[in-house]
Amino acid sequence: MFDLDKWQEIYYTVKQNKLRTFLTAFSVSWGIFMLVMLLGAGRGLENGVEKEFEEDAKNSIYVSSGKTSIPYGGLKTGRNIQLKNSDYNDLNSKVNGIEYITSRYYCTGEFTVRYKDKYSSFSVVGVHPDHEYLENQYAYKGRYINRMDLQDRRKVVIIGREVENILFKKEAAVGNWIDIGGIPYKVIGVYEDAGDGDEDRRIFIPISTAQLAYNGSDNIHNMWFTVGDATVRQSQQIVDQVRDQIAGKYHFAKEDSRALFIWNNVENYQRFKDLFTGIRIFLWIVGIGTIIAGIVGVSNIMLIVVKERTREIGVRKALGATPSSIVGLFLQEAIVITGLAGYLGLISGIGLIELINYTMAEFEVVTPFFRNPEIHLKTAAGATLLLIVAGMLAGYLPAKKASRIQPIEALRDE
Amino acid sequence: MINLKNIKKSYAVGKQKLEVLKGIDLAIQAGELVSIMGSSGSGKSTLLNIIGILDVYDSGDFYLNETLIKNLTETKAAYYRNRYLGFVFQSFNLLSFKNALENVALPLYYQKVSRRKRNKRAMEYLEMVGLKEWAHHMPGELSGGQKQRVAIARALIADAKVILADEPTGALDTQTSYEVMELFKKVNKDGKTILIVTHENDIAHRTDRIIRIQDGVIVDEEIPVTP
Repeated sequence: MFDLDKWQEIYYTVKQNKLRTFLTAFSVSWGIFMLVMLLGAGRGLENGVEKEFEEDAKNSIYVSSGKTSIPYGGLKTGRNIQLKNSDYNDLNSKVNGIEYITSRYYCTGEFTVRYKDKYSSFSVVGVHPDHEYLENQYAYKGRYINRMDLQDRRKVVIIGREVENILFKKEAAVGNWIDIGGIPYKVIGVYEDAGDGDEDRRIFIPISTAQLAYNGSDNIHNMWFTVGDATVRQSQQIVDQVRDQIAGKYHFAKEDSRALFIWNNVENYQRFKDLFTGIRIFLWIVGIGTIIAGIVGVSNIMLIVVKERTREIGVRKALGATPSSIVGLFLQEAIVITGLAGYLGLISGIGLIELINYTMAEFEVVTPFFRNPEIHLKTAAGATLLLIVAGMLAGYLPAKKASRIQPIEALRDE
Repeated sequence: MINLKNIKKSYAVGKQKLEVLKGIDLAIQAGELVSIMGSSGSGKSTLLNIIGILDVYDSGDFYLNETLIKNLTETKAAYYRNRYLGFVFQSFNLLSFKNALENVALPLYYQKVSRRKRNKRAMEYLEMVGLKEWAHHMPGELSGGQKQRVAIARALIADAKVILADEPTGALDTQTSYEVMELFKKVNKDGKTILIVTHENDIAHRTDRIIRIQDGVIVDEEIPVTP
């Protein structure tokens, strides 16, 4: 492979046909460049949507109630369905497959939250301890709400990072008391959410405290639970169980999606995954198609080169060149051309993707469905491998043809 | 050194078979300087191609240095061509993008001799043919006679036992032709077997033995009187 003479010959052929080599090399470069761009953009799209899912647990199911829209058992439509603490308990005890569960009580309106002379308004939500897992939150200071807080209806809060930034400039938040709508609460922790900034601008208190303090009686606004690593089918069965349970209790039609609204993230996440697998396969097909056009170009040029060098090949054979050395000569040339050209395309493609990524990060361009376009190392390695295979494919036919040239050709004087 | 027994060769021309060699018996001893004469189409070039393992024959037996050359694989044929045979062509057939030195060294490249060694040997052979100063010139910068001398050096470098020359003076003027023939004679004196195909009488008469071919058979053999 690292044989100076072969390199010299490749250099010679390239030099002889600069434009021709450039044009074919360009088509390969372009093919790889397009493949990289497509895959990078596809990845950006996927990352964007993935991020939307990451705000919350991907394996979660969300349940909220509304008004009935289908007459059922002699009862007319438009009845209000109100979820209660007992529904939370029912789900916990009667439905199989639930991992973490929380119900939520929204303290109506935004409350003025005050610490010393600083104040602002945030939404305040009553939750169960499991809420941490459903929102993908992490108490990086202090702790999250626990069962004892719930049982004793303690006046404790966990606040988002943004809330801490606003209310506690220099002081430590944990251990201090803040005032929410006239009631003092002790800060027990500060959380960080996997989602975007707005997710960090909320305050959570034990749901029992919320119901007591804000006239909630035993009402809850919604329930939210995870299903472990259940398959899509299993998650659908759990949804059915939940629907049966609640519809049976409040006497409405099971198929009434306005009375009981259920959002199954497992199903949606899987749908999203399938969609992007499909998109990725499609992008590879398009990209490889473009590369094949390049390969055919290289192959074509190599065939012409072989034709032009027929006599030379004959002479070489008369001097003792083996067929394999001839194959090697042309194969190496094809691999070098496609390899170099493709590598250039790969580098410029990755360069552009990184530039876009950098620019988006630098100027904080936030688009909901496009984020961090990138090329994984694995993808780049795959593309490189593809190039070498492409080079071999491009060179094989011409090389084989060259090796079959009979040495008598050399002696035949024109 | 070269032993041919009833060699026959025909080419298919359309549906018909054209018999080019109709049974050639020929023995050439080591160290001979032989010329093959014949008009065009007589089969002399085909015979040379067969001896040079560049072409195959239909029937008969061909021994080169007591080895039967028959049904060889491409790789084996390449090996014999490289080790036993040196070729000199009418149109020189030097590789245009390699200089004189590299052209001469090429057969050693196929023997996987290291670059330094083969360049050193190539220089020795160029010196022998009197072209040491031209070693780094490209073929395009050399005259016809010089090119043919480079080609002869190339044929010699692998220490082949037999040198085959197909009309080696065909593209040269008379004066240069004679110089090239003198070189062949010198090489022959060093012990190489040389076989020259030509249609020029004066060239043939500078060899030790003339074989005349006509219509695919050997019609005459003659030992020329040195002019």
